Amino acid sequence: MRDFANLLDRLVLTPSRNGKIRLLTDHFSSVRDPDRGYALAALTGGLDFPAVKPAMLRTLIGGRMDEVLFAYSYDYVGDLAETISLVWPSTPGEETPPPLSEIVEMLSTLGRAEAPSVMAHLLDRLDPSARFALIKLATGGLRIGVSARLAKQALATFGNKDIGEIEELWHGLEPPYETLFAWLEGEAQKPVSTAKALFRPVMLAHPVGDGELSKLDPADYAAEWKWDGIRVQAVCEDGVKRLYSRTGDDISGAFPDLLSSFEAEMTLDGELLVGNPDTRTGTFSDLQQRLNRKTVSKKMLGEYPVFLRCYDLLQAEGEDLRGLPFIQRRAALQERISGLSQDRFDLSPLVDFTNWEELDAKRRAPPHPVIEGVMLKRRDSSYVPGRPKGPWFKWKRDPFIIDAVLLYAQRGHGKRSSYYSDYTFGVWTGPEDAPELVPVGKAYFGFTDEELKQIDKYVRDNTIERFGPVRSVRAERDHGLVLEVAFEGLNRSTRHKSGVAMRFPRISRLRWDKPAAEADRLEALTSMLED
Amino acid sequence: MLPEMSPDKSVFHCLKNDLSSHSMKPQNLLQPRPAGLYCPPGDFYIDPVRPVERALITHGHADHARAGHGHVLATRETLDIMALRYGTDFARSRQAINYGETLTLDGVGISFHPAGHVLGSAQIAVEKNGLRIVASGDYKRHPDQTCAAFEPVRCDVFITEATFGLPVFVHPDPLQEIRRLTASLTQFPDRAHILGAYSLGKAQRVISLLRTSGYDTPILIHGALEKLCRYYEGQGIDLGELEPATVEGGLADRAAGRVIVAPPSVFGERWTRRFADPLNVFASGWMRIRQRAKQRGVELPLILSDHADWNELIATIRETEAGEVWVTHGREEAIVRWCELNGIKARPLNLVGYEDEVE
Repeated sequence: MRDFANLLDRLVLTPSRNGKIRLLTDHFSSVRDPDRGYALAALTGGLDFPAVKPAMLRTLIGGRMDEVLFAYSYDYVGDLAETISLVWPSTPGEETPPPLSEIVEMLSTLGRAEAPSVMAHLLDRLDPSARFALIKLATGGLRIGVSARLAKQALATFGNKDIGEIEELWHGLEPPYETLFAWLEGEAQKPVSTAKALFRPVMLAHPVGDGELSKLDPADYAAEWKWDGIRVQAVCEDGVKRLYSRTGDDISGAFPDLLSSFEAEMTLDGELLVGNPDTRTGTFSDLQQRLNRKTVSKKMLGEYPVFLRCYDLLQAEGEDLRGLPFIQRRAALQERISGLSQDRFDLSPLVDFTNWEELDAKRRAPPHPVIEGVMLKRRDSSYVPGRPKGPWFKWKRDPFIIDAVLLYAQRGHGKRSSYYSDYTFGVWTGPEDAPELVPVGKAYFGFTDEELKQIDKYVRDNTIERFGPVRSVRAERDHGLVLEVAFEGLNRSTRHKSGVAMRFPRISRLRWDKPAAEADRLEALTSMLED
Repeated sequence: MLPEMSPDKSVFHCLKNDLSSHSMKPQNLLQPRPAGLYCPPGDFYIDPVRPVERALITHGHADHARAGHGHVLATRETLDIMALRYGTDFARSRQAINYGETLTLDGVGISFHPAGHVLGSAQIAVEKNGLRIVASGDYKRHPDQTCAAFEPVRCDVFITEATFGLPVFVHPDPLQEIRRLTASLTQFPDRAHILGAYSLGKAQRVISLLRTSGYDTPILIHGALEKLCRYYEGQGIDLGELEPATVEGGLADRAAGRVIVAPPSVFGERWTRRFADPLNVFASGWMRIRQRAKQRGVELPLILSDHADWNELIATIRETEAGEVWVTHGREEAIVRWCELNGIKARPLNLVGYEDEVE
């Protein structure tokens, strides 16, 4: 338990991705089975102990200390688990705290009635840091900034494997993952899973680089629209159905409408969208209503139905098609798709073209607003997990561009902690003769290290006010820094004063040359709003 | 030399908890005033926050020891530290007092006792007509090789600090904390470990703890620590080999894998850019609370304090056998509540000017 508690303490305060991976790989190599496997399960959300609830812990501590002193403490700390871990009135003796595996086994067989006494006994045996880890573990939701994806990357680094291999195995494995660790340490063969409907790591594309197309023969490539939803994988094997995100997270629970209509033995790669294939393809902000939910209400299912616009077929009737050329997989997909529910599945059409100029013109003027560009796929390309260079390209619609004025700058984290690196920018609004700046977005990348230094200096030299880690910067008609901001789309927003919210904004250029008064007006943005 | 202060043999022998039998009311012996804690019969202040004629200073931290007083009485170390920080003319006259030595000032007995906070730190006992009040200043009970250990003084009224006066603050073993730093140096050898520590006391204590733990690599120190570290060494406290953190032409490997001790105010400042991928380490009692570490961008919090934690505060209150407790700077309400629950009369003093955040 000590090691697990230490790991959580360090992870929660380590901002850098590489730092987190380092902490995880060190943990995997220094801690033995089954403890490391249970730590992995805790981090990836693979454990659930319904018998322990926060209210029960609140009652436990209430019987052990003065309520007023507890209230002062809770007010100060703000987090219930942390407060209880700190004020729990006992100091552990010399005996070694129980290992994580023993605690997990104890919690997993725990009934409601005995939970309070078992938890109290465990808390008595642990130090504050381990008590915190125990409470977070038992009540679920570690919230320490480690995604399942990052944990899998750490496993890949630890075993010197490709993350695709981990993702492919993942859903067939169970805590404490002993066969997985044995394979990663080179002491056993790769585990073979008999589980059904596993995730198959997805194939990704590189963006088209400058001048890259001139080296490619258009005849070698097929093009299809790139839809603006989320890329998913739908699997059905022996009646077991799953929907996975492109990083292999199981999101089946949130999309019963799609899966209940999925009646075929196959694995589909496609874009999840809101609406109906024939009548309406909803925007990304419609889709957002359905994302990041564990369950979904009936009302939601009615208002925002989802469907799958299919790109590729990876498996059919148990046969793995990934080794076939794209064109053959596509033909197989086309043949089978008519057998699926017409309300929930359709085929993403190919885009005809004979040369790059023609495709470029189509890319710039797509036939539907929910298209964000085109995909190029080599006709002979097999389906390779990861992001191989060459077979697939994405050629996105050009981003929207505005010129905005820097308003606030916030300190960054980790490597950037000594720089003001997160920028809030605004555009002009109000009467022409007395305009004001209204914030329209925030961006923290897109600039080079050298440009970061320049902006940081500008911020420090032009600070008006400081609020903790944030500085407000001089922004007037004749004095201000103009930032060229690129973004992918614009949504209406009731949460922002400007009424708009940008998607994927980044700083594309610093316009030292441009007077602040000549930055864009809000009308330039509102005119971009669809419908 | 203060003309009004002369050595005197008056002794602290009287011990009574029942204040009603004293002819002197505690609030007539010491009382909070805007300038600080004031003693009307002795006409002096303890740790005044603005210039006064006569000041008794518990220790050298800037919020307790200010420049510009007429006469100052303090331990030799505290006077030395004030001179280092403010220049030798920080007061018109200065007088040193030893731990345990007693002076009388207009009929008020005064003695200084080790507080275990930083080098030279003292509790001040004030006594008249059999009534004794002890002002603790800042104190701690955890072991510290860089200063004399706290000695409890029995008294009628105990004025306690309450910086960490909440049950959530229980400081762990200091050596165990410092080992978390040495472990991180091994785990992240490519990163410079910037150890934020207050320049008086904490800095020298963390260095001393590192040496005790067996770490013998030269430690880099920020310029602001130089004078005080040298002073501690001059007082016989071994800090091992120290090197300046800022050198002409830069450090080898930008100090990757090394410890740089600096005031915590450098976190996120441009000063840190000279070092390899800085990893912020902060030694402070506040680091017990995760959110506080997170807010300051601290990646490795060390829970290491020069103030008493909750258990030490309540143990000390009991040991003084005081019938009444006055609580100052910090979480007054929780200590007052604890005293009430334990049948001890208590009230907050509401003194202003002491920094809650200083550690």
